[in-house]
Amino acid sequence: MTDEPLLRVSALSKFYGPRVGCDNVSFDLWPGEVLAVVGESGSGKTTLLNCLSTRLLPSSGTASYRMRDGQFRELYRMSEAERRFLMRTDWGFVHQNPADGLRMTVSAGANVGERLMAVGDRHYGKIRATAVDWLSRVEIDEDRIDDEPRAFSGGMRQRLQIARNLVTGPRLVFMDEPTGGLDVSVQARLLDLLRGLVTDLGLAAIVVTHDLAVARLLSQRMMVMKDGRVVESGLTDRVLDDPRAPYTQLLVSSILQV
Amino acid sequence: MTAQPTDIATYNFAYLDEQTKRMIRRAILKGIAIPGYQVPFASREMPMPYGWGTGGVQVTASIIGPDDVLKVIDQGADDTTNAVSIRAFFKKVANVAVTTETAKATIIQTRHRIPEYPLTAGQVLVYQVPIPEPLRFLEPRETETRKMHALEEYGLMHVKLYEDIARHGRIATTYAYPVKVEGRYVMDPSPTPKFDNPKMHRSPALQLFGAGREKRIYAVPPFTEVVSLDFEDHPFEVQTFDQPCALCAAENVYLDEVILDDHGGHMFVCSDTDHCEKRREEGHRGHLAPETHVAPGNMEPAQ
Repeated sequence: MTDEPLLRVSALSKFYGPRVGCDNVSFDLWPGEVLAVVGESGSGKTTLLNCLSTRLLPSSGTASYRMRDGQFRELYRMSEAERRFLMRTDWGFVHQNPADGLRMTVSAGANVGERLMAVGDRHYGKIRATAVDWLSRVEIDEDRIDDEPRAFSGGMRQRLQIARNLVTGPRLVFMDEPTGGLDVSVQARLLDLLRGLVTDLGLAAIVVTHDLAVARLLSQRMMVMKDGRVVESGLTDRVLDDPRAPYTQLLVSSILQV
Repeated sequence: MTAQPTDIATYNFAYLDEQTKRMIRRAILKGIAIPGYQVPFASREMPMPYGWGTGGVQVTASIIGPDDVLKVIDQGADDTTNAVSIRAFFKKVANVAVTTETAKATIIQTRHRIPEYPLTAGQVLVYQVPIPEPLRFLEPRETETRKMHALEEYGLMHVKLYEDIARHGRIATTYAYPVKVEGRYVMDPSPTPKFDNPKMHRSPALQLFGAGREKRIYAVPPFTEVVSLDFEDHPFEVQTFDQPCALCAAENVYLDEVILDDHGGHMFVCSDTDHCEKRREEGHRGHLAPETHVAPGNMEPAQ
């Protein structure tokens, strides 16, 4: 691992008129590190994620990303073309609803291959071979490659979305409630898969979730948000086992025990 | 320009008023300056329904002058409803000479074919375009497709070709086959058969595209590079026909299937009627051509 972070975020704020989206958020993300952002609905987690992934421009603050050449680039000063290029090569974005991240009317193979074609791959055979490889890595049968995602179950769609994002070998993946809306057994398998992929590929990830169990399984570090502010951050195990902020204590004690 | 003496004094020359023609000419000039770029323009209501060539007619009306010779084709034919009506329209409102001969025309308005007879410098080919946006069925948001054009993000176009190969084993798109113009903009060549795509490449004629309903004009200036998109292992190829034209025996031309009777009789003939007639006048005979030159309606059905 290098001694420089992958992403440096400093005093990031987003206001929707007088309303606060997120306020004064700062952190560093290191290569290969998974950071969970937890908090209740409306706490600003998704706003933060959208700002970081440049889908939304913040009101103030900066974020710089270490490009593959080792140079830090200020995200909000890049041209739109550069940002979009980053989005489809070095980054991934896994939406809560797979329909938002997939092209529902083209086949699974084309969904996985789209990023390759976007960066200039023009060999059908190679694109298809890569698609087959990635489908097997996310446990989708090869014979489903020409099916449209509409014919897939929720869990399969989510796995397909993950394959589609990882095919260009990104270094940073943003995930917005990746297991939301899935039943528990499917959720468990997806988490298992994600954990494997993140470790194998050395991905850095920012995972937004309201599910503390997901945060515990996936992340090394976590940030707890409330009303747009970070109320506590630290190693995941420390925050969950020894919560210090009153709100975190409330959150941890609200987990339903079976 | 002052109104020409025509028998219908109430219409301006070539139907459109001069301000509108200026506006359309500006859009055309911009289109020529940026080959393949879709220029928005204030499309007018025309005395014909959308889908019948309102865009092409407006472009033609803006560039036509009293000395021009106009040819109009519809799927290659000079004698079908759309072609006959538009030709009659300009004869009436612009009082221009009309022809069916490709070589004699200065302006050729076309619906979905490029004439077989090679075009020359000085000629203008005006296409009627139903949907100018090649990315439309892949990305429905116009805001997004304009951004994709601006940023030259054309990976999605190949997704469509990928889907073709995955489903049919080859690129099954046969018309409206996407092209890249001068190495920059991806363009829909209107629903011409892909057979005609190579003719667009470095054509000496000026090619103008008008989409009336969608309010877009785009252009390919003479001698511009027009490359059909493909994959390295699935290169672009045009349709081939295993038999020549049944009337004029022409090979390497685009053929239409014509049903002759209700017992399965059919023949393949040139879609370009002018080209076919010329060849027959020169003495070429296909296997179904009558001995003497008679109208197609009097022909014997194939067995």
